[in-house]
Amino acid sequence: MIIGCLFCCVPLLAQVKTKAKPRHVAGLALVGGKGIYEKYCLTCHQADGSGVPNMNPPLIRTSYVLGDRTRLIKVVLNGFSESVDIDGESYSNEMPSHDFLKDQEIAAVLTYIRKSFTNKAGPITTAQVKTVRATNKKKTT
Amino acid sequence: MKSKLFRLMMTLTAFAVSITLYALKPVGDVVPDADNAGLKLPDGFGALKVAETAAKARHLVVTPQGDIYVKLAKPNKEGKGILVLHEAPNGKAELKSSFGSYGGTEVALKNGYLYASSNTEVFKYKVNDKNEVINPDQPEKIVTGLKAGRQHETKSFALDNDGNIYVNIGAWFNACQEKDRGLHSPGIPGCPILDSMGGVWQFRTDKLNQSYGNGVRYATGLRNMVGMDWNQQDNQLFVMQHGRDNLNSSWPELYTTKQSAELPAECLYALKKGDNAGWPFMYYDQIQHKKILAPEYGGDGKKEADAKYIDPTVAYPGHMAPNGLLFYTGNQFPAKYKNGAFIAFHGSWNRAPEPQAGYFVVFQPFKNGKPEGNWEVFADGFSGSPEKTAAGRADHRPCGLAQGSDGSLYVTDDSKGTIYRIIYTKK
Repeated sequence: MIIGCLFCCVPLLAQVKTKAKPRHVAGLALVGGKGIYEKYCLTCHQADGSGVPNMNPPLIRTSYVLGDRTRLIKVVLNGFSESVDIDGESYSNEMPSHDFLKDQEIAAVLTYIRKSFTNKAGPITTAQVKTVRATNKKKTT
Repeated sequence: MKSKLFRLMMTLTAFAVSITLYALKPVGDVVPDADNAGLKLPDGFGALKVAETAAKARHLVVTPQGDIYVKLAKPNKEGKGILVLHEAPNGKAELKSSFGSYGGTEVALKNGYLYASSNTEVFKYKVNDKNEVINPDQPEKIVTGLKAGRQHETKSFALDNDGNIYVNIGAWFNACQEKDRGLHSPGIPGCPILDSMGGVWQFRTDKLNQSYGNGVRYATGLRNMVGMDWNQQDNQLFVMQHGRDNLNSSWPELYTTKQSAELPAECLYALKKGDNAGWPFMYYDQIQHKKILAPEYGGDGKKEADAKYIDPTVAYPGHMAPNGLLFYTGNQFPAKYKNGAFIAFHGSWNRAPEPQAGYFVVFQPFKNGKPEGNWEVFADGFSGSPEKTAAGRADHRPCGLAQGSDGSLYVTDDSKGTIYRIIYTKK
C-alpha cells in the first residue's frame, strides 16, 4: 500500500514542479484521496481512471473533472443519473450518491482525480465542499 | 495400458470423424487470415476478418446466399441501424446496403422473415427467396412499448418452432436497491418492477403491436439477458443471465474485493414457462454451489435462498458478460461441437481492482440437450494481449454469434466492429 502510494505520488510531484510547501500539501491530499478512490470509485472508473465503454465515464481530461468545481462536487454528493456523451461515446450507468463521505474526504478524492490520470487541475478544498453541501439541492429524479 | 489403448482408439475415431467431416465440407475458397485474425483457436481451426464495420456490431445473422445482417447498438453516421454485408467467395465481405433507423441488439432470420429489435420494440421484415428484405422501410411492428432504462435496455430475443418469440426485458436496476448501486442500500420490498421487467416475455410472431397486455411473462427473476437461443434438441429456451454487480462496493463488510470479482456466477439457464430464477432476491454462488440470499434482502453471503428458485444449468465465473449464445448444429466442426453451446463473453469491468476477465468465446459441450463435461475457452485473443484483458482495455470485444450455412462460426465485435469467421481447416 505504502509502496503503491510512493510510486503514484513521486511522478506526480515531479510533474508539478512547484515550490516546496504547496507540493507537500498537495501530496498529503493525494495520498488520502488515492485510498478513497480505491475504496469507492475504482470498481467503476477503473484503476487508470479510464472508465468502462458505454457504462462508466472516464475521468481523464473531461470537463466534468477539470471544469466547474461545484458541478464536480455535486456529482459526488448527489450521484449521477444522466447519460453523458464524451468524445462520441455515451455512458449510462447509474452512479449512486456518495454524500456519506466527509467534506474532507470528498475534497481529497476530487483533488486526487484532478491531479491523476494525466489530469492537471487545481485542488478542491474542504471549504469548497462544505459550501456546496450547504446549498446543495438534491435532484428529485 | 488401458488408457493408452483408449487414447489410441480416440485418436483413430477422431481421425475417422475428421475424414468424414472433410468429405462433408463444401469446397470453398475461404482461407483463414495469415494470423488467424489475431485469434487463438484450438488446433485445426482458423479465422479470418470478414469485414471491419467500424460500428458497434451487436448480433448478426448469415444467410445461405452469403448476406450478413448486422444489428448495430446505435444508428451509424448515415442513420442506419442494420447493415447488410455480402461475402465474396474468399469470405471477405463488403457493405451491400443498410436500413432501419433504430439502434438495438438482436437480429434473427426464420421462416421467411428477418426479425430485429430496438430497445423498446420488435420488428419483422418479409424476405424474398434469396433472404433479401423486400421492404426495408416498411417493417411490421410485432411488439411495442417495452420498458427500457439506462441500463440493461437491450431487447435480445429467441424464436421457437411454434411461432413464439421470447423477448428479454432487462431490469433497470443492478439489484433493485432503494438507491441503485448505493452503499448499504436495502432492496425495495418485493421488487415490484418485476411485473414489467427482469424476465422473459413471450409474444406471437404473427400478431402486430403486442405489448405487456398481449404477452405472457414466461420466466421472471432474470436481471438481464443478452445471449439467448432456442435449443432444437430438447425444444427449450436457454438464456445467459448477466449477474449482478457491486457486492463489495455496496456491502464491503460482507464481501472482499476478491470475492466480489468472482461472484456471483454468470448463469446459463434452461427456462420453462413459469420459472423464477430469483433476481434480485438471490444470486448463484458458483464456489459454494448454492443459491445465496442477496445482501439487499437480508443475506450475509452464506444464508441460502428459497429453494423455489431454479438452479442454473451451468454457472460461469462472475462479471464476464455473456453477450452471445449459440447452439451449434453445423457439420463443419468436429463431432464434439455438434449441439454444444458457444458463448461469447464480452468481458468484465466489475472485477476491478482484481484483474478483468472474459473477452473470449467459450465452448460448452452438450449431450442430448444437457451440458456434459467442462466448458473450455474456444476463441481467445480478441483483447489484443493478456495485459489488455487484465486492464479491461480490450481492442475487440466479442458480442454476437451466428452459424453460417456451411457450419462456420461468426463472431461480432461491438468495440471496433470487426466481423470474424472461424472455420475448421484440418484435413
